[in-house]
Amino acid sequence: MSDTRAPSSERDPGVDEIVRSRRGDGPVSRKLPGPVAWFDLRSRSTGHLAFSLNRITGLGLVGYLYLHLAVLSTLLGGEDSWNGFLELATTPLFLGLDLLLVFGLLVHGLNGTRLSLIGSGYVPNHQKASFWALMAFGAIVLVYTALHIFGGES
Amino acid sequence: MTTDGAAITATASMRTVRVHRFKRGDEAPRTEDHDVPVDERTTVLEALRYIQLHDDPTLGLRHSCFHASCGTCGVRVNGRERLACVTKLSEVSGTIAVDPIANLPVLHDLVVDMAPFLARFPHPHPIVRGSELVPGSVAPEGIDELDRYEDCIECGLCLSACPVAATDDTYLGPAALAYAQRLLEEPRGADRDAILDWADQDAGAWRCHAAFECTEACPSGVRPAQRIMALRKQLRRRRDDRSRDVATAAPPTGGPG
Repeated sequence: MSDTRAPSSERDPGVDEIVRSRRGDGPVSRKLPGPVAWFDLRSRSTGHLAFSLNRITGLGLVGYLYLHLAVLSTLLGGEDSWNGFLELATTPLFLGLDLLLVFGLLVHGLNGTRLSLIGSGYVPNHQKASFWALMAFGAIVLVYTALHIFGGES
Repeated sequence: MTTDGAAITATASMRTVRVHRFKRGDEAPRTEDHDVPVDERTTVLEALRYIQLHDDPTLGLRHSCFHASCGTCGVRVNGRERLACVTKLSEVSGTIAVDPIANLPVLHDLVVDMAPFLARFPHPHPIVRGSELVPGSVAPEGIDELDRYEDCIECGLCLSACPVAATDDTYLGPAALAYAQRLLEEPRGADRDAILDWADQDAGAWRCHAAFECTEACPSGVRPAQRIMALRKQLRRRRDDRSRDVATAAPPTGGPG
């Protein structure tokens, strides 16, 4: 009835086989060029939104890591240098950036937890519901954090 | 309206269909607008056939069955992967942009080269069909989703929708990985370890980033993303089993000497 031989490892479709299989030299149709397509949410669903948010926040957190190291390096300038930074760090703009950082941490952390569960084969049928549930939880934490950050000044 | 798009009624309204054009030798793809008379039941495929018959016979498109069975008429309609034969224009607002499915080389206008898509599948590519079972037969014990992968019509919409495939032409992609999982669910003599080895390669199951766009795009309810997650679960179990075996087999170290 059917050929049920196992896939042959010799025939694994790697780069060469997929490229060799092309019969024309036409352009590969893309929605948008390169990684820009990751962030194109037009006509996309919740899963793609989660995918995009994870990348944006991931890149943001990597950028923050270097910024954090740069900020810590002000300690090398002595106490005055550090105190000068602390004055800057308590301005509303900086506190707003802190909140943005918390947003990134929440989205990336909570969505990462969700992806770990889904990617391991758990709750794959509830990927949308789990995303929105965790984001709702994250929003509550974010509001609480905002009240704490900005309310603490008054 | 007939399937050749020729019998659209005189009372139909006009819609603009923006079609992707590319011929071999062209420097770059372009788009072309065509006004097409439509009624509430006109499909994208019928509109394209109308353009072929009345405006430009050189428009290249691929189709066959007209009822979502053959999977050959997959296109992107306003950016969303659809089968042209069952997508009504009335479901789409504004100008209707029809593009070839993404992440595969364009051969001609809306026709893409499916060879790189099919090359992704594990070889050989066994076919199991429910229709081949004798009447009254039931799925083997433990097989509760026998029809799922069988429903795959290999249209390539899942690969087009996948954001990972958008930047990685070597990714095996949703259809092929879902197929591997289908084989594991009902091996029929296939070597499970060989299938898992195949799926465990760098461009395999672990490359998926769980955007689930393939499941959204699939017109046949195959749910490729869920299949990939199930495949990962089996891969992880096998790794755990192997680690346990290695730990068990390792000679004891230390102790009184």
